[in-house]
Amino acid sequence: MVRTLLRVPATARSGEVIEIRTLIAHPMETGFRPGADGTVQPRDIIRRFTCRFNNREVFAAELHPAVAANPYLTFTLRVEESGILAFTWEGDNGFSQTETRPIAVA
Amino acid sequence: MSSPSWPRCATDRRAMLGGLLALSLVRPAGATPEALAAAMREFTGGAAPLPGGVTLDIPPLVENGNAVPVGVEVESPMTEADHVRAIALFNERNPLPNVITARLGPWSGAARLSTRIRLATSQRLIAVAALSDGSYRMAEQQVVVTLAACIEG
Repeated sequence: MVRTLLRVPATARSGEVIEIRTLIAHPMETGFRPGADGTVQPRDIIRRFTCRFNNREVFAAELHPAVAANPYLTFTLRVEESGILAFTWEGDNGFSQTETRPIAVA
Repeated sequence: MSSPSWPRCATDRRAMLGGLLALSLVRPAGATPEALAAAMREFTGGAAPLPGGVTLDIPPLVENGNAVPVGVEVESPMTEADHVRAIALFNERNPLPNVITARLGPWSGAARLSTRIRLATSQRLIAVAALSDGSYRMAEQQVVVTLAACIEG
């Protein structure tokens, strides 16, 4: 498990468009960069990020080596009902991590 | 000091210079404008994106190419009938032309995302938005990078 930073409002009004900010600690090794010994470091990146709201996919992104280390991503979502937001990062070397946040909609 | 050691020393120096030259030549070549066009064609399915309606927000002068904040916003009512299906970001001179491809829908409320990217050198960035009516919109921005990513590590 690596560190993640999620900024999700705890409450929202129905129909409100909320902004979600995510960050995960990950080197995003590009596969083009030589290491200290001169050999090219193998690629190790996060390939895919998905956000599900009550188990329905609401945002997905494919990441490429051009995304900076510790991928930061913000996006918006219109919420109509209370529920659980699940954030999943998947990447090379079997990397997979999921974090959840509840949101109460009045 | 014996004279026979001189030629060997010179050879070593030449070999080292050759090695340095080889190292600078084998560095992965940047994506060409053709690779950029091919990546954009793959995203749009051959359709030519029209300029306008997309805002690509990136500083025109970047000091450190390792983490450049970039934002993309598309003008759209984001209704079931008229919304943005996907947003993709492309670059011209990194080793690979793709940066990020995001999928969204009317439930997103707004077509807006931001992230941080790497830039290998001064280059052009292109954001393309796929709209629900099957058309594509784009915006481009030239960026000057003083300290590149990938090379200094």
